[in-house]
Amino acid sequence: MTEMVYGAVPEHAGEPILPKWWRTVDKWSISCVLILFGIGLLLGFAASPPLAERNGFGPFHYVQRQAFFGGVALVAMIITSMMSPVLVRRLAVIGFLVAFVGIALLPVFGTDFGKGAVRWYSLGFASLQPSEFLKPGFIVVAAWMLAASHQIGGPPGTAWSFGLCILIAGMLAFQPDFGQASLILFAWGVMYFVAGAPLTLIMAIAGAVIAAGTVAYSHSEHFARRIDGFLNPEVDPTTQIGYATDAIREGGLFGVGVGEGQVKWSLPDAHTDFIIAVAAEEYGLILVLVIVTLYSGIVARSMLRLMRERDVFTRLAGTGLACMFGVQALINMGVAVRLLPAKGMTLPFVSYGGSSLIAAGIGIGMLLAFTRVRPQGEIADILRGRH
Amino acid sequence: MIRTPLRPLARILPARDKGENTTAIERENLRLRHEEMQDQSRQRAESRLLVLGLCFVMAYGVVAARMGLMAVSEPHEPVAAASSSVIAAQRADIVDRNGNLLATNFETHSLYAQPPHMIDPIRAARELADIFPDLEYDKLLRDFTGKRKFLWIKRTLSPEQKQAVFDIGDPGLLFGPREMRLYPNGRLAAHVLGGASFGQEGVSAAEVIGVAGVERQFNGYLTDPDNAGRPLTLSLDLTIQAASEEVLAGGMRLLNAKGATSILMDAHTGEVISVVSLPDFDPNDRPRDLVEGDASDSPLFNRALQGVYELGSTFKIFASAQALELGLVHPDTIVDANGPMRVGGHLIGEFRNKNYGELSVSDVIVRSSNRGTGRLALEIGVTRQKAFLEALGFFDPLPLEVAEARMSHPLLPKRWTDLSTVTISYGHGISTTPMHLAAGYAAIANGGHYVSPTILKQDGPQYGPRVMSERTAAQSRAMLRRVVSDPKGTASFGEVEGYAVAGKTGSADKPKRTGGYYEDKVIATFATLFPVHDPKYVLVVTMDEPSDNSGEKPRRTAGWTAVPVAAEMIRRIAPLLGLRPQVEPAELAGISLIAN
Repeated sequence: MTEMVYGAVPEHAGEPILPKWWRTVDKWSISCVLILFGIGLLLGFAASPPLAERNGFGPFHYVQRQAFFGGVALVAMIITSMMSPVLVRRLAVIGFLVAFVGIALLPVFGTDFGKGAVRWYSLGFASLQPSEFLKPGFIVVAAWMLAASHQIGGPPGTAWSFGLCILIAGMLAFQPDFGQASLILFAWGVMYFVAGAPLTLIMAIAGAVIAAGTVAYSHSEHFARRIDGFLNPEVDPTTQIGYATDAIREGGLFGVGVGEGQVKWSLPDAHTDFIIAVAAEEYGLILVLVIVTLYSGIVARSMLRLMRERDVFTRLAGTGLACMFGVQALINMGVAVRLLPAKGMTLPFVSYGGSSLIAAGIGIGMLLAFTRVRPQGEIADILRGRH
Repeated sequence: MIRTPLRPLARILPARDKGENTTAIERENLRLRHEEMQDQSRQRAESRLLVLGLCFVMAYGVVAARMGLMAVSEPHEPVAAASSSVIAAQRADIVDRNGNLLATNFETHSLYAQPPHMIDPIRAARELADIFPDLEYDKLLRDFTGKRKFLWIKRTLSPEQKQAVFDIGDPGLLFGPREMRLYPNGRLAAHVLGGASFGQEGVSAAEVIGVAGVERQFNGYLTDPDNAGRPLTLSLDLTIQAASEEVLAGGMRLLNAKGATSILMDAHTGEVISVVSLPDFDPNDRPRDLVEGDASDSPLFNRALQGVYELGSTFKIFASAQALELGLVHPDTIVDANGPMRVGGHLIGEFRNKNYGELSVSDVIVRSSNRGTGRLALEIGVTRQKAFLEALGFFDPLPLEVAEARMSHPLLPKRWTDLSTVTISYGHGISTTPMHLAAGYAAIANGGHYVSPTILKQDGPQYGPRVMSERTAAQSRAMLRRVVSDPKGTASFGEVEGYAVAGKTGSADKPKRTGGYYEDKVIATFATLFPVHDPKYVLVVTMDEPSDNSGEKPRRTAGWTAVPVAAEMIRRIAPLLGLRPQVEPAELAGISLIAN
């Protein structure tokens, strides 16, 4: 009877884990991630030898490291994606608490690697950026809180999660790391929107942001200059953005050829923040379009699958993770094409970086766990005359 | 609208009556309600997720489209193309009062090397040493074969040199565009212009900064891009500057002087029409500052502005003018110039120990009596003398807009005693620059107003505060005229026919560095104004250690040295200034009107 009501695929307690995982997981998204990682390695071969040369390593030192961390990240992703949403939630909350303590202790034990912002723990063989791990953890915790507020007699989870969000954003801004802080705010905002934020509030916030921007533009000279400089079509060719722009132009449709690019020699961040410029120069617009399609594919697929999701927590957490992932890639590429002001943001799975790679793997693993096919009462919907 | 009750009381109440546990019923109800809510929220979330997903796809689409637009646009050459337009005419020109060019820019190239790119460093070093005799082959070779990745070889190149280096054909030798400062008139007005050199240097451009003179004073104005098309107009007149320089150089050579300076100033506007300091230098190839010895021995030393000298008897006219102004004397009042005169335990002597006896004030100036002016100064007193000299600008650095003028602090006595008053009245114990003196004489020339000297062209008279009355100024001018016109006057060689020169000589013994005065070294000065009936210009000529050796004994006083030079200068420049000579009609002697 139960099976007739809840329909879908009958779940046997004894079904082996791997076949069940393979049957229910979003194979399209996994494929996209694997392709992205492959592209990342490919670009690493192009982009990192200059850095390796500068730091006195073998030419493919960073590619090897990337492959190692990538392997770890993929394993973490697959293991995470096999978990049930409840297990993911439990582990994520624990992980969140650990990362939170890690961030709180950064001013004491952290290091800035001479870059002016204390964001890292130095572990000797590698560096660790706790905020990368905090992000997925925070999304799960916030989604849990928001979902709890949807329960009858539940706690005021919306207010709690908002408070937590502000606290974490403040801590990140203190480092200072405004990029990550704004990502946290964005992720919470998206989840709140999906959780059913009142439309009037959304309108009011949008209006306030526009008004504040206008006031800042007309009253703060510094702000106005930043915006004008950004809107100015003439770009100083000696800035990072200038090099990136030239690289994209040089590349054209089909690129200048493998290993023929020049931008990697002049851009200090060619292997991280501006890897898309290397891709555009050596492989042309074609590869860039492929990358864009892959990212948008992951985000769109996740959204489509989450639309069927019945469980509030799963839906919110999945939304948050997918949007965080998508917007990070969006900002990275938007900076390279000067649609957005410069902000250090890595391209997930493609940019070099150990902790960002592993954190992205865990984050996507969670997303995959949340988007797995589960019985969602489709028959009941059909019976009730909805689809 | 059917309202569903929050609690299923219809089931709970009978169950309670039966004594059953109602929790299960409540839980079941709660579960159903949650399911209902989930359904609703999913429906709402469905549309919102759709919106969100579409937003993302659109945003990615925009990024992709932008990337596509950039990819199909033409790439442009980075860096190098833009730089040459930036460097052109970055510093404004400097012109004289008639628009003649004094300083301008010249496009040239610098030469630098990138040894890692060199093909044949040995040949490059050898040929470079051939082209530039001042470069050493060994050093070049060391630089080219060592670890250096970059080095400057030459700051500026002539077109021929550039071609020669180009012909070496080594890719490691590179040219950077440069704009250098060019002074087309060479040494003319070198001290006023000063000079310029390169500041921050880059491969594609270099900053030109003024190091002295007006180039330094107006560095901000000249480098301001707003003034690119507008030259800086000085008050100098190139023609007169050239004539003055020629005459002064000739005089200096004839009189074996160590140095000389002349200043021609418009008495009404304060404009400096010409200012010469010898020896001079070529600002295109500015010599280095002296690192040891006396700075005044360097050709860079501007005697007119930096030379702080005791200017001797030229100061006497200020004492007499103040005495007249205060009503203490008339020009004809008799003053006791008899010796011995003792002030503060010191004897006041005269030139060559003469004794002039009793003199009128006018004669005190004409004969240049130290005792006579000393008496007048004692009448005036310390306080009033200080106030008068301060009003004439003798206490402050020059307000002239040339960088060196800032350092022209006059030397004043630490304690201004009666003795100081007396010695200062005849120009000892106070050291000022010749430019200070010119400004003081301008007040007498223009009828009693202080004018501050300026190097910039002015539109009309720039009278400062009044320092003496019109009448005093006229009486003083009459006395100064007599110094030149009277056969007994000290400046009788200063007469220039038709230009009614008036002036006062001053011959001050040079102070020794160790204290005391040299007996055979003087600073000879002649301060003049002309034409005396309507004075327009003030001319000060100062010579450092002149000596006229044409007679039996060397003659060093200003009357024999500075005065003839000044007279010659006026003879040359007065027509250039547009002054008409006032020729008294000569008697028609020798012409017979009788027709025969």
